Amino acid sequence: MGSATTLFGRRRRLTNTLMTSLTAICAIFATAILLLIVSYIAVRGISSLSFEFLVGTPKPVGEGGGIGNAIAGSAMMTLLAAVIGLPVGIAAGIYLAEYGRNWFGNTVRFIADTLIGIPSIIIGIFVYTLVVLPMGRQSGLAGGLALAIIMLPIVARTTEEMIRLVPNSMREGALALGAPQWRVSLNIVLPAAASGIATGAMLAIARVTGETAPLLFTALNSRFYNLYYDQPMSSLTVQIFNYATGPFEVEHAMAWAATLILVGLILLINILVRFVTRKRF
Amino acid sequence: MQTKISISNLDFFYGKVQALHGISLEIPEREVVAFIGPSGCGKSTFIRTLNRMNDTIPGARVEGEVIIDGENIYAAGTDVVALRRKVGMVFQKSNPFPKSIFDNVAYGIKINGIHSNKTDLKDRVENALRNAALWEEVKDRLNMSAFGLSGGQQQRLCIARALAVEPEVVLMDEPASALDPIATQKIEELVVELKRNYTIVIVTHNMQQAARVSDRTAFFMLGKLIEFNRTDKVFQNPDEKLTEDYITGRFG
Repeated sequence: MGSATTLFGRRRRLTNTLMTSLTAICAIFATAILLLIVSYIAVRGISSLSFEFLVGTPKPVGEGGGIGNAIAGSAMMTLLAAVIGLPVGIAAGIYLAEYGRNWFGNTVRFIADTLIGIPSIIIGIFVYTLVVLPMGRQSGLAGGLALAIIMLPIVARTTEEMIRLVPNSMREGALALGAPQWRVSLNIVLPAAASGIATGAMLAIARVTGETAPLLFTALNSRFYNLYYDQPMSSLTVQIFNYATGPFEVEHAMAWAATLILVGLILLINILVRFVTRKRF
Repeated sequence: MQTKISISNLDFFYGKVQALHGISLEIPEREVVAFIGPSGCGKSTFIRTLNRMNDTIPGARVEGEVIIDGENIYAAGTDVVALRRKVGMVFQKSNPFPKSIFDNVAYGIKINGIHSNKTDLKDRVENALRNAALWEEVKDRLNMSAFGLSGGQQQRLCIARALAVEPEVVLMDEPASALDPIATQKIEELVVELKRNYTIVIVTHNMQQAARVSDRTAFFMLGKLIEFNRTDKVFQNPDEKLTEDYITGRFG
């Protein structure tokens, strides 16, 4: 009996070591890809980086030029998308989690999930018909709206998930004190889920910052600094697309540098939100 | 004795499943009434009908009457928010809010607009914490997270939070079941102390606890009220054979 137990135990330990190593290898693999991408972009892009590149506007090939207007345009359109998408998405998420246990909630949930799955270029075409055609031109407004539409269902669903994670006992505790339902949602449940919701919002922002397709039809591009939402607007992603598809090596180098800036910005958003929403209680 | 809560012919359903069958009983003012019985006997369901906490459960349905101070709380048009302010509740698992110790106690006061100014709010929070025998332990760290407290302290914080809105009845659903003996003893002493000003209903799995703290004991089984008598009678000379079997440990 003794030897059988030992043998069995050895086999169990062996399996355990094997499986743990396997999962560790997979974890390393998953992170290594990100590190590879980031370092590759850094190596290719860093040589073209300069102050002039960061603040300048595109110029004819050979005369240098920069992506300052693209950074500004991306920031403005992402801001517009966040201003529309975050409040509406978060409110919709609260509704779905706290009051949406009915046919209406189920319908909204189904539509949101479908919307998440729709390719972003179709959102671009939709906004093109809805905003660009009536306005008669592409604009930052149309681009921001397209990004907001992409953000909305993501924010709504992650908010809902996060709010569902708040233990019911907390709601009951507040209800038992004589708090009306809306106050429970607003001052107990929402703060308890805040860091999760912020993470979801950040991911949604990062996602739309990296979108190219919906901006092609809506914001188009611009070679100039443009601070007006009713005019065509440049964006990092579309600028990268233009540089990368250009025929000249200089343009490709600038595409790499712009990519580096884009990835850096998204990383910055991540770190910033993590810092702001770190657990205080 | 003055009756505070009078329950008559109360049935409760979770969807199609009937969880309570024709419960009738009278809870006197400023006494401690304990509900005992095996798991799933309906005592928690029953205590939650007294402040309409079951309203939040989909498919829940109540028939019968619960009359508090002459008003049927299940009558149409009852202000559930006002009811819950009058009938406070402490839960089995302590459930502090993700806020500071001070804000946990202040929350109920603020939303009900009980305080007149900031000083008054502070006084009320201190009072509630003193009544819950927690003040001395937390007075120097009121602004720290409630999650930093021990389990027993968290539960007393929840009691303080419930007391801060000046209820008349305090419902306690197994308030000490997750606590160690010393923390349990503190809660029990507190219950006896609170009896002077509040009507207290306490659900407990622990029969010794019921015997120690309560004036009257109700024994439930399978959704029915088997016996309701003075606590000493229930534990020394119960009317019902089932009660005797349960308290002597023949089953349960």
